Amino acid sequence: MRVALFVTCVNDAVYPSTGIATVRLLERLGVEVDFPEAQTCCGQPQFNTGYRAQTEPLVRRTAAVFEGYEYVVTPSGSCAAMVRQHYPKIGDASAASLASRTYELTEFLVDVLQVTDVGAYFPHTVTYHPSCHGLRMLGLGDRPRRLLEAVDGLELRELPGADECCGFGGTFALKNSDVSTAMGQDKVNNAVSTGADVLCGADNSCLMHIGGVLRREEAPLRALHLADILASTREEPLV
Amino acid sequence: MSGTFVGMPSFPRAAKEAVHNKTLRDNLRHATHTIRDKRAKAVAELADWAELREAGKQIKDHTLRHLDRYLVQLETRVTEAGGTVHWAADADEANRIVADLVKATGESEVVKVKSMATQEIGLNEALEAEGIAAYETDLAELIVQLGDDRPSHILVPAIHRNRGEIRDIFREKMASWGRAAPHGLSDTPADLAEAARLHLREKFLRAKVGISGANFMVAETGTLVVFESEGNGRMCLTLPETLISVVGIEKVVPTWRDLEVFLQTLPRSSTAERMNPYTSTWTGTTDGDGPRTFHLVLLDNGRTDTLADEVGRQALRCIRCSACLNVCPVYERAGGHAYGSVYPGPIGAILSPQLRGTQSEIDASLPYASSLCGACYEVCPVAIDIPEVLVHLRERVADQGGKGHRLEKAAMKAAGWVLDHPGVLGTGERVASRTRKLHPSKLPGAGAWTRSRELPEMPAEPFRDWWKKNRKPKTDGKKP
Repeated sequence: MRVALFVTCVNDAVYPSTGIATVRLLERLGVEVDFPEAQTCCGQPQFNTGYRAQTEPLVRRTAAVFEGYEYVVTPSGSCAAMVRQHYPKIGDASAASLASRTYELTEFLVDVLQVTDVGAYFPHTVTYHPSCHGLRMLGLGDRPRRLLEAVDGLELRELPGADECCGFGGTFALKNSDVSTAMGQDKVNNAVSTGADVLCGADNSCLMHIGGVLRREEAPLRALHLADILASTREEPLV
Repeated sequence: MSGTFVGMPSFPRAAKEAVHNKTLRDNLRHATHTIRDKRAKAVAELADWAELREAGKQIKDHTLRHLDRYLVQLETRVTEAGGTVHWAADADEANRIVADLVKATGESEVVKVKSMATQEIGLNEALEAEGIAAYETDLAELIVQLGDDRPSHILVPAIHRNRGEIRDIFREKMASWGRAAPHGLSDTPADLAEAARLHLREKFLRAKVGISGANFMVAETGTLVVFESEGNGRMCLTLPETLISVVGIEKVVPTWRDLEVFLQTLPRSSTAERMNPYTSTWTGTTDGDGPRTFHLVLLDNGRTDTLADEVGRQALRCIRCSACLNVCPVYERAGGHAYGSVYPGPIGAILSPQLRGTQSEIDASLPYASSLCGACYEVCPVAIDIPEVLVHLRERVADQGGKGHRLEKAAMKAAGWVLDHPGVLGTGERVASRTRKLHPSKLPGAGAWTRSRELPEMPAEPFRDWWKKNRKPKTDGKKP
């Protein structure tokens, strides 16, 4: 099986490790991964901030870049949600077609490849934050949890108030910085209360915000993308 | 007299104060989480909740599509039943109609049923200017009024107050409005409720004019309906000689049968009750029963403009249950006052800028007062896609330009150009990676981020460079 990786602009520029982990993970599961290099940004920041005219060219570009691939996989719930929920409303038939072929990573693993045990090894205590777009717009349900529970050595701890927003919200984090930070601090306090070593999520934009608060407050856990954990094996463990 | 929301600062500035007020944060957190959990349980009891939600949405949408027809039918039925219907285009007109009606009775005081519509138009202040005292009789509205405060929640207007604060307000203020608080009043809920009961009973028995809103108006019979928990509304609706009801035009439903849906969804969404303790209905006037004179003031005040907007009109489905406030993480931290309107929370963020326009500082900031987490949409019993309307209104605000948005638009355009040129993007990423050691820990202009959060460390190379070095020769980026 051959898939196109939609790495997303945040992962490309700031979290390449998540893109690399996604490639290694998919390849380990027998999937051939392609990276169409003309891809840039899905247009979510522009769209959500009210700049529809600036969104449309990015929708056209993204739809053209992934034309012809049966499966487009992305390690980002919110970018997947942008494509799936909004592309049919913003773009033409090719944008609507992309929406029907785009999968968030955990959906692709569980629904298409039909695996929950991906052969990962990660000997840490982990608590999982289900980001809002994955949780509500995509309806990822327990897919991420099932994947994490099958990881060798991993102990999953329940995150109190898991379904509450971390306060990132794209430009909300800047436009309403005080409220955003208050939400992030509550999320971090809940994560710390679990005693876990790692706060895991499937959206690096949320983790950029939560991780930023974690480090500012010198909290005793780190933020990690789910793909980074799933890519870790006994042979090549993530440190 | 309770204050108004005129000249409010933008949401981020108003929220900043609230976020750092620990008492307020604690009061809000406790109250919203309690009612949120109770609502979830009450809703989970109904196996057909999804169908009820869809039915409520359909009834409202159908009514809005044929609003002219149902309003005319309502007017005819109310008139036939002995009532008088008045049409008010805006707040000023509604206030003038009500003030004239009260003056015609020769009275100088009125008792009020809790009503969002009369709050929206600032009726109490307008009546005060005409020398008429309006007494709020809902317990929470009474607390707000006595405290010379503003409501901060649709269902629980005094949610921002705790018991101790309420006791102090009763002790200090009740005497100047009527019957004083009992000596040595404690802060136990039963004592506070008894003090309010005694204070209010005196007003119910004295008042000759009652003023209400309505949760619904049934077009086929000309009947108005109020759902409530305390019974104070029923006192106001039955004891006075004259009843004046001010109701937004979107509150009409075609038939009694339609109420069946909302009788199930409104109480559960709002107070987490299976059924509200009091449902009062009134149809015109009846000999020997209730008020002798009944006036219905049908309020537009921006509603037909809202109806004209294809995306935004869904806000008019709102049945004012406040479920969206109780699950909203932004409301929980910012409090209701920051929204600068009697409609706070997610619904306020889409309703107020539509009813009032987006020209003022507060109204232009409200569509951004959300992280678009979607919790509000999930709980809404009439399925208003609040995030969709928020983004739609952001487009309107961004288009109108104004403070901050010209610069933002330029930045979005520049970013758009870069993102449309992957080569330029790759070069930019490479430069950012290679100079990562030089990045100051606090970037100029990025203060909104770095005041409270660390910036992520830039990687040694962007993903696309890793791909070129490690994978590209295998696939060469060719399409399938």
